[in-house]
Amino acid sequence: MGTTKKRSRHYVVSRQMDQFFFEIYAITQFAGRFFKEVFLPPYEFKETVRQCYNVGYKSLALVSVTSFVTGIVFTKQSRPSLAEFGATSWLPSLVAIAIIRALAPLVTALIAAGKVGSNIGAELGSMKVSEQIDALEVSAINPFKYLVVTRVLATTLMLPLLMIYMALIALMGAYLNVHANEQVSFVSFFETAFRSITYLDIFSSVLKSLIFGFTIGIVSSYKGYTTTRGTQGVGIAANTAVVAAMFLIFIEEMIIVQIINWFRAG
Amino acid sequence: MKKMPAHINKDNVVISIRNLEKSFGKNHVLRGINLDIYEGENMVVLGRSGTGKSVLIKILAGLMRPDHGKAFVLGKDVAHLNYRELDQLRLKIGFSFQNSALYDSMTVEENLCFPLERHFKHLSNREVDLAVKDALKAVGLSHTIHQLPSELSGGQRKRIGIARTLILQPAIMLYDEPTAGLDPITSQEINNLINEVQNRYHTTSVIITHDLTCAKAVGDRVAVLLDGKFVNVGRFATVFASDDERIKSFYDYNFVT
Ligand SMILES: Nc1ncnc2c1ncn2[C@@H]1O[C@H](COP(=O)(O)OP(=O)(O)OP(=O)(O)O)[C@@H](O)[C@H]1O
Ligand SMILES: [Mg+2]
Repeated sequence: MGTTKKRSRHYVVSRQMDQFFFEIYAITQFAGRFFKEVFLPPYEFKETVRQCYNVGYKSLALVSVTSFVTGIVFTKQSRPSLAEFGATSWLPSLVAIAIIRALAPLVTALIAAGKVGSNIGAELGSMKVSEQIDALEVSAINPFKYLVVTRVLATTLMLPLLMIYMALIALMGAYLNVHANEQVSFVSFFETAFRSITYLDIFSSVLKSLIFGFTIGIVSSYKGYTTTRGTQGVGIAANTAVVAAMFLIFIEEMIIVQIINWFRAG
Repeated sequence: MKKMPAHINKDNVVISIRNLEKSFGKNHVLRGINLDIYEGENMVVLGRSGTGKSVLIKILAGLMRPDHGKAFVLGKDVAHLNYRELDQLRLKIGFSFQNSALYDSMTVEENLCFPLERHFKHLSNREVDLAVKDALKAVGLSHTIHQLPSELSGGQRKRIGIARTLILQPAIMLYDEPTAGLDPITSQEINNLINEVQNRYHTTSVIITHDLTCAKAVGDRVAVLLDGKFVNVGRFATVFASDDERIKSFYDYNFVT
């Protein structure tokens, strides 16, 4: 059942701000329910696997193209600055650090928020307004577990995989560009690239992807699951799922970067 | 007019509603209703659009909580069950939704298999197959087995929705407007189906409708919901012989215009 918003005339700050904080609170509660239900049987293995496949399948093409182009363009644009110091041999290290620390987790998350988040928002939203969620419930199937837990697990588990895939494809793009300009061999490119990457870099990117994936799953499921106002609400759910997920991803990115840098320094 | 089936057991009250109230904000939908429904009986709930008929059966199925009062189904107070107990109870209740609520992403066959396979794990594939074919035959839609809900007409969807609940052979059936928006012939088929379910499985049913033809054809008793209360409960002929203007006008509009 949806949360009903009371429209009183007195707001703590303003209508938008109050609504914003109410939303954050409701999403937190929704996430709390996820943690409560994810460990209790029955486990929906089959459905979770199906959702994982969905997430991967839906984003794979776009992630492939975007990462390849990002790799090439980023390398191309970085070259002139390094060339000024005669330091184009640093290009593989620079590109690798940028891709693995920053670009891969963020770009994968944004693509997934757009493709998968809108899809989950619309799918659950239309199930809500056409009473399919109620239908699950009256046939003694826990809809939260069957619909939400499986999707959140899928986005959380798949994003790190997509991120690693994205990083490798982007590095391939970067290699092609470096190879064409600096005649660096495949082996020496990847050797230099990976020498500059630490375990902390990889760990923090995987962690970020897990968190981004969880965010996408929770926010878009929440938006879909609490849809009201008929078919019009479905569109709103799909749309706000993407906007809210992206917004939270940026905030999380800033916070995590601060924490990781603190570790790096310490 | 329907003949009262012999097997209605008046000693066994299956659904008992006591002083039930439900509001949405300032909208007082149910204002203290009382009703007893006997085992094996078809109870029709009549009322105009927006009087809270759907709300009433959603409370019976535990989809909504009442503000005050109690609803006992098979002796259990629905609003005060934990998840496990509620699920146990729900396996004995079939709910046919006003808008069918078929699972869009599944074919007709998968829609029917889905609850069956999850709750009766001991069934073999052949038994599931057979049950699906039987249920589809009962609603006369065997040929749609491999179609998606989006490829069916509204009336077909409604019948599949009923088949999906019948397949679990529930002790109680809740039909939300089973004939709304259907042509007279299909409506008649649905009415026959409801009566057949009652006669064959001795199911207790609540049928929500504003279609008086349907009420007359399937109802052992009818209850008229008006302004949040039941104003008259009894056999169809008795209820509509009443002097109450509001009930009379309901009857007149349904049959004359
Ligand atoms: N979830 C809800 N939130 C707020 N109001 C609701 C909700 N569900 C129902 N209502 C209100 O309760 C009233 C009764 O609704 P209900 O769906 O039970 O009507 P109904 O008798 O089934 O009508 P119909 O014949 O059109 O289906 C309506 O005024 C509706 O606005
Ligand atoms: Mg209704």
